[in-house]
Formats: sequence, structure tokens, C-alpha cells
Amino acid sequence: MMEKLIFGRYIPGDSLIHRLDPRAKLVGAIWFIIIIFMANNWLTYLVLALFVLTAIKLSEISPKFFINGVKPLIWLILFTVILQILFTSGQTIWFRLGPIVISQEGILNGVFIFMRFVLIIFMSTILTLTTMPLSLTDAIEYLLRPLDAVKVPVHEIALMLSIALRFVPTLMDETEKIMNAQRARGIDFGEGSIYQQMKAIVPLLIPLFVSSFNRAEELATAMEARGYKGGEGRTKYRQLNWHNRDTAVMVAFGLLSVALFVLRV
Amino acid sequence: MDIRFEEVGYTYQKGTPFQSRALHDIDLTIEAGSFTALVGHTGSGKSTVLQHLNALKKPTSGQVTIGDRVITHFSEDKGLKTLRKKVGIVFQFPEAQLFEETVAKDIAFGPKNFGVSEEEGLAKAKELLPLVGLDESFMERSPFDLSGGQMRRVAIAGVLAMEPEVLVLDEPTAGLDPQGRKEVMDMFYNLYQEQGLTVVLVTHQMDDVATYANHMIVLEKGTVMKEGHPRELFKEAGWLSSMQLGVPSTVRFAHELEEKFQWHFDPLPLTTDELAEQMQVKLSAGEGDAL
Repeated sequence: MMEKLIFGRYIPGDSLIHRLDPRAKLVGAIWFIIIIFMANNWLTYLVLALFVLTAIKLSEISPKFFINGVKPLIWLILFTVILQILFTSGQTIWFRLGPIVISQEGILNGVFIFMRFVLIIFMSTILTLTTMPLSLTDAIEYLLRPLDAVKVPVHEIALMLSIALRFVPTLMDETEKIMNAQRARGIDFGEGSIYQQMKAIVPLLIPLFVSSFNRAEELATAMEARGYKGGEGRTKYRQLNWHNRDTAVMVAFGLLSVALFVLRV
Repeated sequence: MDIRFEEVGYTYQKGTPFQSRALHDIDLTIEAGSFTALVGHTGSGKSTVLQHLNALKKPTSGQVTIGDRVITHFSEDKGLKTLRKKVGIVFQFPEAQLFEETVAKDIAFGPKNFGVSEEEGLAKAKELLPLVGLDESFMERSPFDLSGGQMRRVAIAGVLAMEPEVLVLDEPTAGLDPQGRKEVMDMFYNLYQEQGLTVVLVTHQMDDVATYANHMIVLEKGTVMKEGHPRELFKEAGWLSSMQLGVPSTVRFAHELEEKFQWHFDPLPLTTDELAEQMQVKLSAGEGDAL
């Protein structure tokens, strides 16, 4: 079961996208999610789609992974699309049945919403597939640093994030182990009625909680024993380096924004 | 109930860039009524083999026959539950599986999943506690208030409560103190002798293999390197250490005696008692003059 969880998983590689500075990728991805809301016609969506497809191509990762990233969310997307289609009022009515009205504008809006979802998922998948989680937290820490001035514990937030990310695989292993143990004791996960399935979760969740708390305590003790002190004066093992290619990516995003601004109606 | 592997292969995360082959064409048989030791160093595929024994994993190639059920890559998930009742697995650090409010309820959890009533399950728990070296006063205690060793015993009782025909043990004594280790292993051995349970033991403790097992399978890099009686396999001390496995302390001691005094032990002593007996014979026959 765990093996199918591809979304949000780093795939090692040495493509241009892999080598970009995580800050550039993070800012780019966030910026993309903002400017995608400027798109409102075919041409703008086409430009965005081409941009994303180029990035996918440059990442040298099989498109299969990106499709898999969309799969878990497909029901949510379709639900939103259907709502759009049903509740957009328009001039050109294609179909009418009582209160249900389907207009050309509604269909168009539905398609655009679908595109928007898929493009956002693709873009964030590029980010997570090509960036090591730890580099990502480094980038977040760097970008949040100005908040230090207003007494936001930026370093601690980043540390919490890195620890959380570090323990995702550990927790998955643990989950698999406990699932195996309970399956060996006669539990069927993912079978039977919803009530039965929910009941089957309890013997999984309780041991997971117990082991997570134990682990957290052990980690805290180990850090304290080694005299950990975060924040000021602490140097970093992984240094972030901004290259010309990162500037180039930022410029590309800038041009994309300009293009959207010009082409939108 | 026999368990038979025929050309079993298993690949993790098949079809992704993370795929890795854990088992290659494994052929092995675990006969009903045997005490089989499965040895091999870390990463040799022991745990993967273990998960095939009750169809927690289905082979990606070849087939596993458990009793009269044949499991292949294409087997359906339905009806595997009956297999899980027949083949009980005590996983490594089984205390991680405890979750109920009381010890008794946790022990009764397995039987209940296989259709036994609550009362019968609790009665079973009461019956099993002394067997694993705890007393009835533990029934109503929370499993999370117990010591590590006690939790381990409760978890073992939870597997025994399902009354399996085959008992699979994955390093059941790891992390226990020497006294607890002996108690737990002796308990498994008694079950094997008195109730005719088939036992599969995964372990790094060669002394345990020598003392308890009558069949031994050596795994390395996902293949079966050798299979046979421990007495035969332990003769090849050099080969075993090349597998990073080593021999039991009795065998090592016997080899040292052989070297020093040109003695010859036949059969190879596996337990301290066997060694002492043979030494006594040799010494009274005057072979020990050199001492």
C-alpha cells in the first residue's frame, strides 16, 4: 500500500531542475500558483501548460509520476468541475432540465478549473520530486528569516519541519510493520463495511501514537545530551548557493507573468 | 501442515525506479512438526521470506504452498484469513502491536478476529498468561504500564492465543535479558514438543539454533545457500563465518579441543550437555592425558 504513495516523494536525479537552488524552485512554484489565477482564456492556459510541460521535460522524470500525482485528488477535482459547470450562468444554453442549466460558459469554466488544478498539482509535483525535503526546509527557513525581526521562532519552525520530514519514511516503515503484525492477528485492512474499516484503524493508530511519542522523547533526549542549541551562531552543513541558472529561472517566471498579463482578456 | 516455496521471487516496488529484488528463486520446505531455523545476516531476505509464510506478501514469481493453499502473484486476497490463523507470526519487537486497554483484551484480540467469542478469548488469555511466565494479576492491567520484557510476553501470548499450527518467530528474544531469553526459548520449545507445533525461528543466535532446531536454512542475498540439519551445517565453521554467521559456542569449543588435542568429536556436539558427555567419555578413556 505504502509503495503506491508517489506524490511528494523525492526522486534522485541530476537534471537542470534538480540542480536549481531550492529557494528558486520554491519561490517559482508559489509564484506560479498565484499567477495561474490571472489566466482566463484559452491562450493564457496554453502558455501556462507549455511552461509546465517544458519544466517536466527538463526534470527528466517520467510523466507517469505526474499523472500519479493527480490521481489521489481526481474526485475532488471532478466534484469542483461539476459544481462549476452546474452553477455558472451563461448566455448560450446547451441543456436545460428543471433547475439544472448547462451553458457553454459553464463548460468552459469547468475545463479551465480542471486545467488550473492539474497545472498546480504538476508544478508542486515538480518541486517535490526534484527537491530533497531537507533542502526545501532550508529554503523555507531562508525565506522566513525576515520574520525573525518580529520574534517569530523561524529556526525552530524550520527544525520542526525538517524533523517531521525526516520521520516520514520511518513512520511509514513503522506503519507497515504494525499493519503486518495486526494482519497476522486477523485484521483485514481496507475490507468490509466502512464501520469495520474504521474499527480496523484503531489497532494501527494506537501503537503508532505510542511509538511516535517514544521516538520524540528519545530524539529530544539525544539532542539535549549532545548540547543542541539552535538559532543564533549555529552554522549550516548544507549551504545554499544561488547560481546564474536560478536567476534565469526567476526571469522565466517574470516573462511568464508578463505574457499572462498581456494575453488575458 | 507443510509450507513449500517453489522458485519464489519477490521484488519490492516493482515497476518504479525504487524497485529492488529481495528474493531470487527460493526453493525450500518447512515440514510439519519440524523446528526450522532461518539464518542469514541482515539484508539476506529473512524478513521477506517470513512474510510469505502466511501470505502477508504474495510472491512476484513462483509459488508458495501453505497446507493445501497455493499462493502465487495472482492469488486473490480473499480467504487468506484462514491461513493467518494457521500460521501465527511473532514479529520482531512484537510489543509494538499492543493497543488494547487491558492485557486480557489484547491477548483475546487475535482469537476474536477469527470468530471466537469475547468470553472464550478472555478465558484463553487467562490460560496463556502462566504459560508465558506472567500471572493472572496481569489480566486487567494496561499493557502500556508493563516493562519491556512483560510486554513482549503479552504480545507472544496474543499470537499463541490464535492456536496456530505453525509458529513463526522473528528474533523473539532480541533485547531480553539472558534469563528472560532462556525462559522464552524454553517455552517455545515446550510448545513444539508437547503440542506438536511446527516452529520457524529467525535468529542470529547460533546457540539457539544448535539447542533447539532440527532443520536449518541459510539465506544470503535472497537465495538459499544451504539447507540441512544444524549438526551437518555447523561442521563448516569457515564457510559459515564467510556468511558472517559463526558457529555456536559449544561447536567453537569442540573445534578448539580438536585442534589442541587431536580429538575427534563424532557426532558434533551441539549442546553443552552433549559436549560434556563426549568429553567425559574421552577423558575416562585416557585421551585426556595431555591435559
